[in-house]
Amino acid sequence: MSAIGFTPEVTAALIAAVKAVVILLGLVVTAAMLIWVERRLLGLWQDRYGPNRVGWFGLLQVVADMIKIFFKEDWTPPFVDKAAFWIAPMVAMSTFLLAFVLVPVAPGWGVAPDLNIGILLFLALAALAVYAVMLGGWSSNSKYALLGALRSAAQMVSYEVFMGLAVMGVVMKAGSFALSDIVAAQRHGWFILPQFLGFCTFFVAGIAATHRAPFDLPEAEQELAAGYHTEYSGMKFGMFFVAEYVGVVLVSALLATLFLGGWLGPGADRWPLLGFVYFSIKTFFFIMLFILLRAALPRPRYDQVMDGGWKFCLPVTLINLLGTAAFVLARQGG
Amino acid sequence: MRNFLVQLWAVLVGIYTNLRSLWMIFLHSFRPRDTVQYPDEPVYLPPRYRGRIVLTRDPDGQERCVACNLCAAACPVGCISLQKAQTEDGRWYPEFFRINFSRCIFCGFCEEACPTSAIQLTPDFELCEYDRQNLVYEKEHLLISGPGKDPGYNFYKVAGLAVAGKPKGAARNEAPPVDVKTLLP
Repeated sequence: MSAIGFTPEVTAALIAAVKAVVILLGLVVTAAMLIWVERRLLGLWQDRYGPNRVGWFGLLQVVADMIKIFFKEDWTPPFVDKAAFWIAPMVAMSTFLLAFVLVPVAPGWGVAPDLNIGILLFLALAALAVYAVMLGGWSSNSKYALLGALRSAAQMVSYEVFMGLAVMGVVMKAGSFALSDIVAAQRHGWFILPQFLGFCTFFVAGIAATHRAPFDLPEAEQELAAGYHTEYSGMKFGMFFVAEYVGVVLVSALLATLFLGGWLGPGADRWPLLGFVYFSIKTFFFIMLFILLRAALPRPRYDQVMDGGWKFCLPVTLINLLGTAAFVLARQGG
Repeated sequence: MRNFLVQLWAVLVGIYTNLRSLWMIFLHSFRPRDTVQYPDEPVYLPPRYRGRIVLTRDPDGQERCVACNLCAAACPVGCISLQKAQTEDGRWYPEFFRINFSRCIFCGFCEEACPTSAIQLTPDFELCEYDRQNLVYEKEHLLISGPGKDPGYNFYKVAGLAVAGKPKGAARNEAPPVDVKTLLP
């Protein structure tokens, strides 16, 4: 590249930009394809087929849905608060997309895996993502949307607390917030075994953060029409929808990175592509688990969610935190 | 303390039951699917399925319908209309017989009301049309060449009505008409 006349800095920046765009496109396409994956897997687990007509095994169903949603009227009801109504879907999509910069998808690949605040940025953005739901629900000026937003707030105060605490054990063991360091720290054993309690609680918090069943209280189709996005249509609804799947990919990727060693695996250091394959397999395992949860479990009431969050998950994460701290200190002292 | 242990036990049991239902749902991956891929796979319809309505013929190949209007009277949505006519030999038949399938609810009351087994519902639901007017079936669309259900039945062979080739009293299981004049004192 320097032969063309670029300085090494410009070249590095260009390569980083290309990588970022590739990761962004890959993430959005994966999130869109997840709609198909989810419908087929739900079909499999409910003894039916799901979409299998459009294209090979129904793969083009996503394209058909996209065409449909792009051509739908993007209707803004007259009674809504326009500014907040328009901002909410953008917040929903951008926070989860932005948090993906942290994830090292393969050795040397990732937008900003070495960012020193690492996992803190994810926690901050996950907290911001709630604003999408609350703004959407509040600005819609409709009772169902408001109830959805209300539940979302109630849910957030219960999971947000122990979500941060759940990963602190991992941070302690790795000694860094950066995800690349956390991956490197798992060379001699994945964190899922020593941090099993942290894994369980972070998993629960992750489901709640993405508003997925069984913690889809803000949407709760059976009770609240469509919850906080009842008044949305067209592509703004589509953005909420894709944001949910981006969230699923993000939380699955984080679970794989924090607890299953990310791209680590035999031969991954020599061939980065193999590292990406390991990362994808681990991420997809969690995505499938997310879908299986949706296929199997009923939705708790939101007071039950708060009960479980404050009275069970929070003490468990605190115990885990104390145990890990004692362990780390004992090893340093000895 | 005791209360705490009871609650902890409840939570653990809850976790176990949730994991168990996860596992049970996962086992459905290996079950056959219940869906019938309908347009590709033919769907089985039982013989008594109430689908497309037909008009049948008696074993001699003549129209069974005697245009008595009972089906039209029984029809709850009023989708049947017909007009009685009579042949030279005294048989009744419908001059026209019209069923509007865009109104028909396939309740089968017409079949129950029919005294001659003429109108029958068949196991066929593939009635789609692009033009709504095409759902109005005339007699030529309704009439089939066979007897359908109740194959041996022939109304004029058992009824007391005299038609050409069958005087009064000549029907099956029918006594010859009584000559009332022989009873005069």
